[in-house]
Amino acid sequence: MSVVEIKNVSKQFGRGGTTALQGIDLEIEAGELVSLIGPSGCGKSTLLRIIGDLIEPSAGDVVVNGKPARRARIDRDYGIVFQDPVLYDWRTVGKNIALPLEMARWPRQKRVARVKEMLALVELTGFEGHHPWQLSGGMQQRVSIARALSFDPALLLMDEPFGALDEMTRERLNMELLQIWEQSGSTIVFVTHSIAEAVFLSTRVVVMSSRPGRISNVVPIDLPQPRTASTREEPRFFELVTQVREALHLGSDLDRQAQTQEATA
Amino acid sequence: MSAIAIEQPRGRTLAVRQGIGRGVLLLLVLAALWGLWEGYRALWIHERWTWPFVVDNTTMPHLHDIVHALFQPARFQGPLLISVLLKAAAFTAKEAAVGFAMGAAAGFALGVVLAHFRILQRGLLPYVVASQTVPILVVAPMVVIYLGSKGVPGWFSVSVIAAYLTFFPVTINTIRGMHSADRRAHELMRSYAAGGWRVLWKLRFPSALPFIFAALKVSATASIVGAVIGELPSSIQDGLGGQILNYSQYYTTQPTGLWATNVIAALLGISFFLAVMIAEKVVVRRAPENLA
Repeated sequence: MSVVEIKNVSKQFGRGGTTALQGIDLEIEAGELVSLIGPSGCGKSTLLRIIGDLIEPSAGDVVVNGKPARRARIDRDYGIVFQDPVLYDWRTVGKNIALPLEMARWPRQKRVARVKEMLALVELTGFEGHHPWQLSGGMQQRVSIARALSFDPALLLMDEPFGALDEMTRERLNMELLQIWEQSGSTIVFVTHSIAEAVFLSTRVVVMSSRPGRISNVVPIDLPQPRTASTREEPRFFELVTQVREALHLGSDLDRQAQTQEATA
Repeated sequence: MSAIAIEQPRGRTLAVRQGIGRGVLLLLVLAALWGLWEGYRALWIHERWTWPFVVDNTTMPHLHDIVHALFQPARFQGPLLISVLLKAAAFTAKEAAVGFAMGAAAGFALGVVLAHFRILQRGLLPYVVASQTVPILVVAPMVVIYLGSKGVPGWFSVSVIAAYLTFFPVTINTIRGMHSADRRAHELMRSYAAGGWRVLWKLRFPSALPFIFAALKVSATASIVGAVIGELPSSIQDGLGGQILNYSQYYTTQPTGLWATNVIAALLGISFFLAVMIAEKVVVRRAPENLA
């Protein structure tokens, strides 16, 4: 069963403005972890927001969980994690995680129990009463992941969630994310600009190119599950990284061609 | 976890040390102000300078004379001046507090409405601004006479005048604060399919609080000014405004009375300000860099 179906989606900003996305077709199956990778301005974040019905496409259809994206948003079928943790700093860590539960009108006791579970899941037990600004960047992002998963959404949308973190923290959180993904069985759409991260995490890497943003290649990642720290050292890992890199460069060559055509036209 | 557990006791001694530091700073500033006042006085008298004004015991009495006057009977065989002034201050404080509460509530409500409806904001904000350019001394008698004719007690009319001076900063900062949450925070709410009310109470209002408190600090002192000024045309004798009128009549013969009244009025303003600051500490839990 596919969790996300994107059919011929285009997005233009403003009337006659820049075309952010053109003719996007993508299907994501339940339990997949799909990365969207591409140069900045290729519309990968825009595509993620269209899946979440945070922006509307100019044309095309988006079906999430078997229903229109808008309906899926209203039914709270997905959780979202941004590049910044976007924690409400007047709320404690526990209250931040409970925010979507409050929105879904969970009873208080159930909320408290779930917050405990989520804190354990992201290894932040004991930090419930802290305020976000008392935590490090990596810990804040874990809180934001816990918040996105707290209400058991079928789909997790992640917009460069580890982009602002240092390499060490990023690799550790990659491992944690994979564990969470295995435990929760949810489907993840993951926007990144790191090739290694995309290959390491994903079941498929969707390579995008810019002007206009479109899918230039889809690379299936056949690395064995579960991925471990040594996965990064396997020859197959490097082959796939190279494959994605070449796909990206091919895409940017297409960009250049398009630009020269525009210039000569 | 352990790092934070260790930090807490250290935090407490740090707080004590900061408290002592602040106390010392306060004393130093007071001493410096005293030195400035007395130094200025001594220099101008010694050099017989007359610019910008002649300095003598009437224009600039000794600070210790002002303090001394507080502990003298206000009139022959009457109560001490300080007890007269404190009673007046309590009366003015009541007017100002009621006015502050009304003004803050009205200012907040207006701010929320204007922040929510852009068209109203464009249409009404100029008049809100204009309301503050009308001299309060013009408005005050009108309010007192009008409300008096409706049987409203005089002190409440004064509260209304204080409210008039209070609401404006709160409105302006509420509007600003309601728009202060960033785009991602709103997207998060949208992803939860949150309705307008819940966005207001769970996001807009909490993120506006530091802005609102910044305004409340301004308004707290303005409400005292409003109450004192409101007392003047309403012929209310019980407050600090009445005392100011009274002692300004005796200024040439007994200047310390007016100065002492000034000191008490200033202390009342400071205590209002401190009350708001303490409320802010209790209510607003924000990262230090996000406090307005």
